[in-house]
Amino acid sequence: MTTVIEVKNLTKRYRDTVAADDVSFTIEKDTIYGLLGRNGAGKTTVMSILTAQNFATSGEVRVFGEHPYENARVLPRMCFVRESQRYPDDATATHALRMARLFFPRWSQELADRLVADFQLPMKKTIKKLSRGQLSAVGVIIGLASRAEITFFDEPYLGLDAVARQLFYDRLLEDYAEHPRTIILSSHLIDEVSNLLERVIVIDKGRIIMDEETEAVRGRAATIVGDTARVEAFVAGREVIHRESLGRVTSATVLGELTDADRSRLAAEGLDIAPVSLQQLIVRTTQHVESALTAAPEGAL
Amino acid sequence: MIEEGRALFLQIAESVEDSIIDGTLAEEAQAPSTNELAAFYRINPATAAKGIAMLTDKGVLHKRRGIGMFVSRGARELLLGERRAAFADRFLDPLLAEARTLGLSPDDIARLLSERAARTTTEGTAR
Repeated sequence: MTTVIEVKNLTKRYRDTVAADDVSFTIEKDTIYGLLGRNGAGKTTVMSILTAQNFATSGEVRVFGEHPYENARVLPRMCFVRESQRYPDDATATHALRMARLFFPRWSQELADRLVADFQLPMKKTIKKLSRGQLSAVGVIIGLASRAEITFFDEPYLGLDAVARQLFYDRLLEDYAEHPRTIILSSHLIDEVSNLLERVIVIDKGRIIMDEETEAVRGRAATIVGDTARVEAFVAGREVIHRESLGRVTSATVLGELTDADRSRLAAEGLDIAPVSLQQLIVRTTQHVESALTAAPEGAL
Repeated sequence: MIEEGRALFLQIAESVEDSIIDGTLAEEAQAPSTNELAAFYRINPATAAKGIAMLTDKGVLHKRRGIGMFVSRGARELLLGERRAAFADRFLDPLLAEARTLGLSPDDIARLLSERAARTTTEGTAR
């Protein structure tokens, strides 16, 4: 594997808030990553620093082995599609695509034309007058047609309906299969994108709390449902990341893959196993980490 | 098709196995490619490739250079053996657990089973 991005001890402070707190990770070539986390977790901050649109307070960032800032060898090889992209007041989609074509060396006009038709994007209206969904489509088209070696999509779907989002995911997979490249997709619609991702990086409060292969994460947690006493007996000694009770029924989410012996025991005791989606797992893990963080100082006293 | 909470590459491998077991994918026939599987199930191609690699390691598929993946001879027999071995764990254990809750004895189950089996065969011949 070739590393295309290397981040070491990256910290970004805005006055009182720490948007990125001593973050380290690497991004490998030709892989689709999910950069996931709550709003304000620090995803956009990290992506804008990687694409040289923002400065780090401290730490090291290397893209293709170089500093990205004002670096003409690096910047045209990256495309950053952000949620709140601004365009000049009188610009039309035609203008925006023409600029992108000049900037990105691997631009595919054929793909751009096809996507314009797919998304039924009006090319002659000024971008200011486009709907929210059409504005997002402009970003998505540029991101895909740029075929940049590293493409960041930061919540690219605002205003896109379910059909248009599916179109985006399908075209992304199709084009990635033919032209492999590094994609970093930031999203909070985790269930929608989880099957596209080879790796997931989860950021919470400026820190990385998960950086793993998606397949390794799937099936890691399971929810055990049934009679409270039996559920409690089963989960004793396991890491429980969530627990809910209704009368005498308890549902407990435990970490760790269930063995065949576990499954037989659960079946014999009449306990049900409910699968935990990647989205649920990330939500639970985030809550679990947050409660552990707030609980820690008390424990230290 | 795809369910939550289980590794996708396993589910992809199982879907190909199912086609081999039910005969839609014959021995010596060309298996779907990684990209075809990825597009059909809308998953990452690397994940689909992992499922295919698992089947290759098992000897169910083999590669013909420059052409693609093919179903190996004897693959169906191999998979049938595996599935039969797992049959009791996968189907009988949950059945017995539910029967116990409902107060059905193993004898009751055996009777129900032969009744049902007789019904499905007559339905089958009636067609």
